[in-house]
Amino acid sequence: MEEVIIAEGLTKVFNKSLVAVDHVDFSVKKGEIFGFLGPNGAGKTTTINMFTTVLKPTEGNAKVCGYDIRTQASDVRNCIGVVPQEYTADEDLTGLENILLCADLYGIPKKVSKERANELLELVELSKFKDKKVETYSGGMRRRLELACGLINRPKVLFLDEPTLGLDVQTRIATWGYIKRLKKEFGMTLLMTTHYLEEADNLCDRIAIIDNGKIIGLDTPNALKESLGGDIITLSIDQKDADIASLIETAVRVKEVKKQDATYRVKVENAEETAPQILNFLTEKGYKVTRLSLTKPTLDEVYLEYTGKSMREEEGTSESMFSKRIALRRARRR
Amino acid sequence: MITPNQNSKNPLHGLWALTNRELKKWYKEPIFLFMSIIQPVIWMGLFGKAMNIGSILTSADFPVPPGVDPQVISQQIMEQTFGTSDYFSYMSVGILSFVVLFTAMFSGMSIVWDRRLGFLNKALSTPVARGSIIFAKVFSAVVRSLIQAGIVLLVAFLLGLQLSSNFNILNIFGVFAALFLVCIGFSSIFILIAIRSTRWETQIAVVNLLNLPLLFGSNALFPTEMMPDWLQMFAKINPITYVTDATRQLILFQTDIAQLMFDFAFLAGFALLFSTIGLFLSWRYLSR
Repeated sequence: MEEVIIAEGLTKVFNKSLVAVDHVDFSVKKGEIFGFLGPNGAGKTTTINMFTTVLKPTEGNAKVCGYDIRTQASDVRNCIGVVPQEYTADEDLTGLENILLCADLYGIPKKVSKERANELLELVELSKFKDKKVETYSGGMRRRLELACGLINRPKVLFLDEPTLGLDVQTRIATWGYIKRLKKEFGMTLLMTTHYLEEADNLCDRIAIIDNGKIIGLDTPNALKESLGGDIITLSIDQKDADIASLIETAVRVKEVKKQDATYRVKVENAEETAPQILNFLTEKGYKVTRLSLTKPTLDEVYLEYTGKSMREEEGTSESMFSKRIALRRARRR
Repeated sequence: MITPNQNSKNPLHGLWALTNRELKKWYKEPIFLFMSIIQPVIWMGLFGKAMNIGSILTSADFPVPPGVDPQVISQQIMEQTFGTSDYFSYMSVGILSFVVLFTAMFSGMSIVWDRRLGFLNKALSTPVARGSIIFAKVFSAVVRSLIQAGIVLLVAFLLGLQLSSNFNILNIFGVFAALFLVCIGFSSIFILIAIRSTRWETQIAVVNLLNLPLLFGSNALFPTEMMPDWLQMFAKINPITYVTDATRQLILFQTDIAQLMFDFAFLAGFALLFSTIGLFLSWRYLSR
């Protein structure tokens, strides 16, 4: 399959010492939703800014739509759309005026841009508000307007930086809907950053876990989860005194069994299919299962496994991460 | 899916769109126009009318030697130092460059805002020419300051600006040409200062630091001949001096063609130099 984004040793160093992105190699296939998962300050936005030609890489290179981001920046810009993290629309202008301004930045002729702007406003359900000033828009509406602006040049690749940051659950799910439609109906390739695990799990075909500027894990969400060693079945039987751990281990597809008090933690490959088999197996042997539950590994656990720290606990508590994030932000804007 | 060939490659397309963005924000809020006009008008009204230097001699208590007409003496002193007997007329023309200077200063501020709000990064990810991003700021400052200067000039006229006897309506075009050049130069300078900045506080500090020296270190309020040598040196390289001289010649004084030509040459050089540097640096430093 055609590769739309190829990064080779992509590196960005700010102020000669702050390594934001550290020799990143990966590629994104056509029509894929590719997710960058990582905590704040991990280097996600900096990587996107290099792909979108806003920043020049310190080392290494990348190709977007087959164009070199260093030497063919103008061609890259023509074939991509960008939905930034910030609300960049002008508050004093209306939604429609903002989209038309974006169109003008791409040099789209007036006749075409009017038609497309209305089409896109329809897509993101803002037609009713197009002549209202953006200062009257809610956060969700602004996000949708940014999305519409990013699509005005009919890009082959769309870059989304934290597309649902700060949105409520309902608006977030609606935004996921738009993103899925873009892939399905237009075959668009999307590269998005997020620090929401459920978002990455829900939307992305493949995920790169990025921490301290390095990619430390890259695969489909399921493969990443499976790499943890499978699902967990927790069960208890009516004979509390018997130890049947070694017996359960002989059942098919069981990897590991641990007895904790009166319950057994059984590590298996595919819990949904394996659980009934274990149930039958134990019934045949004359044991009665009184309780049974399945646990699928979440990306949270994957993240824990790869980075050695929980995502949630890192957010907000770690002072050093916070200061690094601020430093990165400053450096990026300069 | 993608049809880049349909899209205009004309750099003016993006330049006009970005300039229009700035201007729309301005004319949609008439309060900004009002505020930017009221300040120079207050200066003109208070400073220009209060500093009526000519009336010092004619006031009743001034001991004038007998046989001397204070009216004539005062007239002569004013003509000698200011070239016109009316200080209000003298300084209100000087105020025009003040209007331009202020508008230019704030164009630097707006690029800092664009960077902070993320608009600059968005614009940089589109194919719009890097130079257009800078020059949209310059041109919108030019349009705004010329309109403001025009209104201030009209107000000055209503408040009693005395035109020179050889004033021709065509001279107005000369006035605007001079203001146009100086505005291009100054907006380029202030945008250059702001091009890498992320803090508008810094920008305000720079603006405050520069605005008084530029204004007082020129002939906008007083003739440079009255100044100490070191200040005269500064006034000689200060573009405000040249734009004020040119506009005064066109509005108040008898025109000295050679001097006027030199003023315009200096202003054109100033505009060309800094807009070229601006274009060059926008290529290099807008993104990195």
